[in-house]
Amino acid sequence: MFPEIGQFSLILSLFFALSLALVPLIGYWKSNKLLLEAARPLTFIMSALVLLSFVILSLSFLSDDFSVLYVAQNSNSQLPIWYKFSALWGGHEGSLLLWVLILSGWCSAVALKIKTLPEAVGPVVLSVLGVVSVGFLSFLLFTSSPFARLLPDVPLDGGDLNPLLQDFGLIVHPPVLYMGYVGFSVAFAFAVSALITGNLNASWARWARPWTAASWAFLTLGITLGSWWAYYELGWGGWWFWDPVENASFMPWLAGTALLHSLAVTEKRGVFKSWTVLLAIFTFSLSLLGAFLVRSGVLTSVHSFAADPTRGIFILILLLVLVGGSLLLYAIRAVEVRSTVSFGVTGREAWLLLNNILLTVLTFTVLLGTLYPLVFDALGLGKISVGAPYFNSVFTPIALLLMVFMAVGPLSKWHHTKFSVLFKVCSVAALGATLLAGLVAYFYEFGFIAGLSLAVAFWVVFLSFSDWFEKVSAGTKGIIPRARQLPRNYYGMLLAHLGMVVTLVGIVLVSVNSDESMLRLSPGDKVTIAGYEFRFDQMEQVKGPNYVSSKGQFTAYKAGKAVAVLHPEKRFFSTRQQVMTEAALDAGFTRDLYVSMGERLDDSAWSIRIYVKSFVRWIWLGGLMMMAGGLLAALDKRYRKRAGV
Amino acid sequence: MHPVRKKRLLVILTIALILSAAVGLVMYALQQNINLFFSPSQVAMGEAPRNVNIRAGGMVVKGSVKRNSDTLAVAFDVTDFQHKVTIEYRGILPDLFREGQGIVAQGKLKDDGVFEATEVLAKHDEKYMPPEIAEALKSAQNSTDESAESVQSTY
Repeated sequence: MFPEIGQFSLILSLFFALSLALVPLIGYWKSNKLLLEAARPLTFIMSALVLLSFVILSLSFLSDDFSVLYVAQNSNSQLPIWYKFSALWGGHEGSLLLWVLILSGWCSAVALKIKTLPEAVGPVVLSVLGVVSVGFLSFLLFTSSPFARLLPDVPLDGGDLNPLLQDFGLIVHPPVLYMGYVGFSVAFAFAVSALITGNLNASWARWARPWTAASWAFLTLGITLGSWWAYYELGWGGWWFWDPVENASFMPWLAGTALLHSLAVTEKRGVFKSWTVLLAIFTFSLSLLGAFLVRSGVLTSVHSFAADPTRGIFILILLLVLVGGSLLLYAIRAVEVRSTVSFGVTGREAWLLLNNILLTVLTFTVLLGTLYPLVFDALGLGKISVGAPYFNSVFTPIALLLMVFMAVGPLSKWHHTKFSVLFKVCSVAALGATLLAGLVAYFYEFGFIAGLSLAVAFWVVFLSFSDWFEKVSAGTKGIIPRARQLPRNYYGMLLAHLGMVVTLVGIVLVSVNSDESMLRLSPGDKVTIAGYEFRFDQMEQVKGPNYVSSKGQFTAYKAGKAVAVLHPEKRFFSTRQQVMTEAALDAGFTRDLYVSMGERLDDSAWSIRIYVKSFVRWIWLGGLMMMAGGLLAALDKRYRKRAGV
Repeated sequence: MHPVRKKRLLVILTIALILSAAVGLVMYALQQNINLFFSPSQVAMGEAPRNVNIRAGGMVVKGSVKRNSDTLAVAFDVTDFQHKVTIEYRGILPDLFREGQGIVAQGKLKDDGVFEATEVLAKHDEKYMPPEIAEALKSAQNSTDESAESVQSTY
């Protein structure tokens, strides 16, 4: 009974989404206030209905209702209760429902904040979000309903959740990532509504900025969580694989980063107007493209759901309609926009333009590497894969260049900066950074790229702090009152830029300073890696809630003193007849000890991976800093003013 | 030249410069890092280049996995039910590596016809079959009918 109500409320919400897509737009067209005002209640009802069906599906999971096909496929009565709940988004149908839920959540958030927008703009924004909702709701209903029943032959037990997904990572990673992905549809809605209403001035950029910053922060956190999860869960200690689906989340992040910066220029200086609109459309399209790549099965990846061509075609059509439609609108409207403001070659506009060019280039290199196998195959040239070396060799130099300029932008002033002033600050920082990085690289015997990257890291830190110091020491007030007066926006930027540096340092050190060994060991064996002695103490058999585990025990010694006891496991899940590796970690600020077991080779010997990973935590620490920076920027007081004030 | 035009020219030149540098970098990196997939039949017919990074894969032949008793070296055969290729690997095999299961290996084909793998991939889903292998099996199946039954029975 309940699943039918869930299905029914989804159908109803599709109707409300349809009316949301049409009614306010007609109202805008006819200048009918009543129709415009319908946007808010329509949004709330649509969202409530989606929430209802989400709650019903979670109840089906929690009560082990295996008459629901999706529950039977992805859950099991033995599953711990928190995984029963998160199993909801462990497969295609449920994760799409989560996607729609989050989309309606963003819609409601915009509806709640509608007072901050001019009377005619808010409903149009909601209307565009309604169009997006119609797309995803019909995708959910027509190709992948999670409420399909298995009647009358109800299975006794479910097929179980994929053991890889029975982890804390599944509980947090998808919802946060989707918050980011879907959040960009708000920026998209603002851009399209600006095109519809013709209000392509700086104000749309101001309204869109906090929303973009918030979704960017979520996407950053989502990617960070995904990287951390892959690191400990996949059992081989990698933190980024350039897997097509990772790229699918990384491309909107790159484009979204460009969007954040160009929105700032458009808001403050009224330049790059049409480019910013295009970038908002582009960022959202990349989110959709990501959904297409993950859910259509066209690419080989750890993430891909069971392939179903009709789903792929549906998203492709959705992509074409939404992107094609908005680009058409852009082509009609954007010609009317002409920037009248000019800027100097050393003004902040120019640096941010450079930022946008480089980020766009980065997005395209990732896009090319991701789609190249598809193109190659479609042309009948054979099956290929583009390996991580492609991405590393293209991405590294461009990203380093980007970071070099990242530090200069904030130093410069809008419109025009005296070149001599810039040169003076920069040359001191460049000299200091090179010396410091040179010393580190010399003593630790790092290669050229690592040394260069460290120099870039020092450079950004120097320049960021000298900029901050200059800002707080100007004027007659003391340093602390001045520091408190600087806007949150500025601190958000500072934090995000420094987060970038922390991540860079982590990446450099983990790749040049780590020790990784794969060994054949039996209980009682000892081995020394990077100054740590690892002793393989024993093996034991342990029974978990829905698995049996071979659990090893390793003790790590540093200079004769035990520093960590590690318990890597090999778990066997009987429902799916699947083996899972659970790596054991001893996390630290400057190093991680990582032990994971391969296979049993004979009576006592196992293949074992032992890694000492240098500064690996910094990669995610930097991600957290970037996220915090994004949130800080989103919460800047300036954005909370009401319209017209 | 008019100062505004001059500025615009500078912007366009910068963009063009960065773009061409990026395109060059991309072309170069792509040339170095494309890994073509070859089925065991293609390898047997000598279509696969030697000592170049490629990928090869198929179903792991039952009973073919041989391990070294002191190190992590392992050798096994993969097949598309027409021909076999021996793959050598030193390291830890993925959890889903099993006899009778589809795998893809990355590495080089040595002069003696043995494939030396630097990486062995199996999917994180036991129902999954890498598309390359599915296709290789299908084309092998089409070429003769006798093996068709044995192919079906493995699914």
